[in-house]
Amino acid sequence: MSAASPDQVLPGAYKEGFHDDLKTVHNVPKGPTHAVIDYVCDVKGEPDWMRQFRHRSLDIFLKQDLPAWMPGLRDIDYDAITYYMSPVNKSANKWEDVPEEIRRTYDKLGIAKEEQKLLGGLGAQIDSEMAYHNIQDSLSKKGVIFLSCDEGMKQYPDIFKEHFAKSIPPEDNKFAALNSAFWSGGSFVYIPKGVKCDIPLSVYFRINAEQFGQFERTLIVCDDDSFCHYVEGCSAPVYTTHSLHAAVVEIFVKDHARCRYTTIQNWSTDVYNLVTKRAFLYKNAIMEWVDGNLGSKRTVKYPSCYMVGEGAHGEILSLASADKGMWQDAGAKLVFYAPNCTGRINSKSISGHGGRASYRGLVQVNEEARNCRVQVNCDALILDPVSRSDTYPVMEIDGNLATVEHEASVSNVSEEQLFYLMSRGIKKEDAVSMIVNGFIEPIVKELPMEFAVEINRLINLQMEGSVG
Amino acid sequence: MADTFEIRDLHVSIEEKPILKGVNLVVRKGEVHALMGPNGSGKSTLANAILGHPKYTVTSGKILMKGEDVLEMETDERARKGLFLAFQYPCEVPGVRQSNFLRLACNARLGREMDVTDFYSKLEEKMKVLDIDEKFMKRYLNEGFSGGEKKRNEILQMMMLEPEFAVMDETDSGLDIDALKVVSRGVNELRGPGLGILIITHYERILRYINPDFVHILVDGKIVKSGGPDLAAHLEEHGYDWIIKDGEPAPVPAKG
Repeated sequence: MSAASPDQVLPGAYKEGFHDDLKTVHNVPKGPTHAVIDYVCDVKGEPDWMRQFRHRSLDIFLKQDLPAWMPGLRDIDYDAITYYMSPVNKSANKWEDVPEEIRRTYDKLGIAKEEQKLLGGLGAQIDSEMAYHNIQDSLSKKGVIFLSCDEGMKQYPDIFKEHFAKSIPPEDNKFAALNSAFWSGGSFVYIPKGVKCDIPLSVYFRINAEQFGQFERTLIVCDDDSFCHYVEGCSAPVYTTHSLHAAVVEIFVKDHARCRYTTIQNWSTDVYNLVTKRAFLYKNAIMEWVDGNLGSKRTVKYPSCYMVGEGAHGEILSLASADKGMWQDAGAKLVFYAPNCTGRINSKSISGHGGRASYRGLVQVNEEARNCRVQVNCDALILDPVSRSDTYPVMEIDGNLATVEHEASVSNVSEEQLFYLMSRGIKKEDAVSMIVNGFIEPIVKELPMEFAVEINRLINLQMEGSVG
Repeated sequence: MADTFEIRDLHVSIEEKPILKGVNLVVRKGEVHALMGPNGSGKSTLANAILGHPKYTVTSGKILMKGEDVLEMETDERARKGLFLAFQYPCEVPGVRQSNFLRLACNARLGREMDVTDFYSKLEEKMKVLDIDEKFMKRYLNEGFSGGEKKRNEILQMMMLEPEFAVMDETDSGLDIDALKVVSRGVNELRGPGLGILIITHYERILRYINPDFVHILVDGKIVKSGGPDLAAHLEEHGYDWIIKDGEPAPVPAKG
């Protein structure tokens, strides 16, 4: 057993670091092979077009190189990873029908409690498969669809085929190809025309297995004039070996619709988190990515908005906290193909205990995108001299009359601020915590309450003993 | 002893450059002292050294509050024991709400959780005295505040924390006459047998609204003259030159 007790790795900080011994229903040999794809297709009973798509995607993955700029990923041993593994056979839609041992895992993570809260729907994925997916009757009556992605393909093949891999084809990048080859689980969401789904749909992704690759695939379609808020959280046990999480999220926000997608990623520090997230925005559509990266060994993730319809607005709020052993390469992409669109990126990062946080951003305004406005803010807070922060902004502006503002700042916890707060009787640790939490406040205030509380807790733990 | 704040032969340097060269001063509870002096005489250095700013090194001397050695304490402990500094340039702390900050500070000073209702009713009362708008509490600590708002915020904190000894570092600088009146109203309301105040200022103006019991003149790191309120008026008329020229060492104020 190579699992380390979480207490040995991060004292008290990572409370999701436990693992449970779960019996696996499906287990395949390690390594990314065509044989594994055939096994997965057979088990899932998938149509031929998907089998071909998967095989083609694996070929692309095997051929494609990592981009030269992509940070610190050369040491991933793809052959040591298991690409499909599941302790469940099918997704339950009643909590009682979820196998007891898995329910226990989710109880420890507080997911069962989530269910009692006001949510429009709840999904829970463990390793490769969704163990649970349920939606409130009031929403399903309005035609809202909230299923695992596999079920979505089976039950709504038309909507699925029309959108699947259309914004992120396997050729997009090596990890999108890997996901396309081995995808399993994730959510399929469809919000019909004019329906406002004002209570969030929430999904929790859990890796339990060791040396495992989780490749969930999420497809969200917000039809004209609709609204939806999708919330995801993630965690994994602390092992001494590496796991891989390479998700693909595709969102289509149709005319006048609005979608908000909130992520709080809290993987253990042996997970490579390499995720491609992209939204297509049609006429006057609004897309908001709220992206919180608190865990993982490496995160490479740049949620993107592609403005394809006139008057669209894309927004990315990104928060990254890089603690010991972490490199958060987070950022955002705004790509403009249509006139009169607006976009905003607001990125905040904190690095401490030798962690490294990078902002990598692309703003691309194409020739036909007249009269677009873009605002980019990225601020970094470095807690100690051994930690690091970098900014890599790229701007490619071809459009006429585009207005682009870019502001960046790097700061430390200032002596003056500390002195000021301490001169009011506030202890040094509390003063540091106030300053850091104040720094991320503009993003945290956009989060659902329970996430905001959890983030403040995690950040305070990560800061302990930082700032000398 | 129990009611005094005492500075004994205090020497303070910044980056090894001596700024204060033997300051002696005793402030008793109930008294208001004004410390005046030309630019560069060491006024702000004294204010910062009293609260223990890390940039200022005390090379010798003592600071005693109610007989306790202040220099042995961290800044936050000094504050919890009842020492307060109204800053000349209050710092902005983005993202930290005024109300949260004030509550934490009040709890720290009290040594226990202050009742929420008590806290807000006290806050409302003090804000009224200082003509501070309700919206103020929802803003972030000093962020985007005008000079006058920042100074009023300092006095508000002082009123909420109820210190035993307060140092006001050039609270009057950058204030127009109306703001100065409001700030003075707050200080005068606080004035009483439980509080000793040291007002540091370049100008006599603020002393027209807050009448000091004693006036001291600091020149080149030393108090060169001490006297009553008339000393401030004399300074206003004749400037600092006559003192600097005379150069007579000032008598040390009587110890309590």
